[in-house]
Amino acid sequence: MPRILIPTPLRQYAGNLDSVELNGKTVGELLGALTAEYDELRRHLYTGEGKLRSFVNIYVNDEDIRHLDKEATSVAEADTISIVPSIAGGR
Amino acid sequence: MSTPVAAGLSNEEILRYSRHLIIPEVGMEGQLKLKEAKVLLIGAGGLGAPLGLYLAAAGVGRLGVVDFDVVDFTNLQRQVIHGTSDVGRKKLDSAAESMREINPNVRIDRFDTALSSENALGILKDYDVVVDGTDNFPTRYLVNDACVLLGKPNVYGSIFRFEGQATVFAYRGGPCYRCLYPEPPPPGLVPSCAEGGVLGILPGLIGLVQATEAVKLILGIGEPLAGRLLLYDALNMRFRELKLRRDPECPVCGDHPSIRELIDYHQFCGVPRQAAAPAEGQMEVTELKAKMDRGDKFVLVDVREPHEYEICRIPGSRLIPLRDLPKRVGELNPADEIVVHCKSGGRSAKAVEFLTKAGFSTVSNLSGGILAWSEKVDPKVPKY
Repeated sequence: MPRILIPTPLRQYAGNLDSVELNGKTVGELLGALTAEYDELRRHLYTGEGKLRSFVNIYVNDEDIRHLDKEATSVAEADTISIVPSIAGGR
Repeated sequence: MSTPVAAGLSNEEILRYSRHLIIPEVGMEGQLKLKEAKVLLIGAGGLGAPLGLYLAAAGVGRLGVVDFDVVDFTNLQRQVIHGTSDVGRKKLDSAAESMREINPNVRIDRFDTALSSENALGILKDYDVVVDGTDNFPTRYLVNDACVLLGKPNVYGSIFRFEGQATVFAYRGGPCYRCLYPEPPPPGLVPSCAEGGVLGILPGLIGLVQATEAVKLILGIGEPLAGRLLLYDALNMRFRELKLRRDPECPVCGDHPSIRELIDYHQFCGVPRQAAAPAEGQMEVTELKAKMDRGDKFVLVDVREPHEYEICRIPGSRLIPLRDLPKRVGELNPADEIVVHCKSGGRSAKAVEFLTKAGFSTVSNLSGGILAWSEKVDPKVPKY
């Protein structure tokens, strides 16, 4: 099953897990399954209109889905999906 | 390649940089490049601390530091450029003293100011490399845009709890911060280090990734961390790398840029420049103390996290963490008078808003939270 890596700031909304394995053929399906399981995650990943938020990037392996087929990007069994939100801390 | 360099090295410098001089990739030529180099550090905090110490030690000839802050006790867990006796001093003074002690050959330029749209281009223009060690989104976008407009590489690092990101933006026309994140998160959705915490060691590691990249850029050796986003996860001790591409539609570095000068970054990030005037329903800590002393009937709700409640608490308070409030609201009676508090007043303001919408009529927010309680009522309650 494809593995989704959950970043530190979002783990509190995903049962404190750092990764989740779920079934899905595309990025959209996987994120749908993820937010179905962890409802609190939804507002952190999607806007009220259901669009992926522009400060949260999704990668299939090392490639940004904005440069692939966005949420329709297909996902293979062994792929790793990373959710990478922007963080600003530095002090 | 040999670039003629005006200034040579003194005998003291030759001895000091001996371990550089005997590496073929650095050598005398590289050390002179370091001496000629001008690097600007934005922020003398968690990331700026290791950067300042190591870049000074490495012999970077001129180091600019931009910071307006004062050292406080909560900085010392990670900002190793400052010591206990520096608490209360300007970070600029404390950092400059540490850097000068390590290497008196370095010229240090101090900018005792917050970087702004008005001063950024003027400050950045004299430097070869800009290193971003700030802690907020408006300044991150400001530094990015200024670097793109001036054609300077922006060595980026950011941290949160156990996780860090680093890359080099705007390197020879490469991708910039806006290509990675076109827009900032709305205020309040992403916690800062002050709210979310940070493992003290983490900025040391990410700051030194930035220092490494700055030195490589100056020396012109190796493969810069450009077009790649390095992710570091301290808990799993894992480094990963993601591809970062320039966005042809990017408003600042794209093919048809719409941003040709610096904008209002506070507005862009939705952050008000000044704190709003105290809203209705605020309660001062002294008033809370008077209510307690009078024996008034009310419920004091602490909406912080359980691990914060372990550190300190106000006597008689009831812990309901903010995110549990929606499912535990039934434990409270809308007819009771309720006072809500958190660490400094931000989360409790959200709780007051929630409770008011839920039909509670007498709810107030304790101004300044438990920090104000410690400051003005009971100093035995520790600040954190």
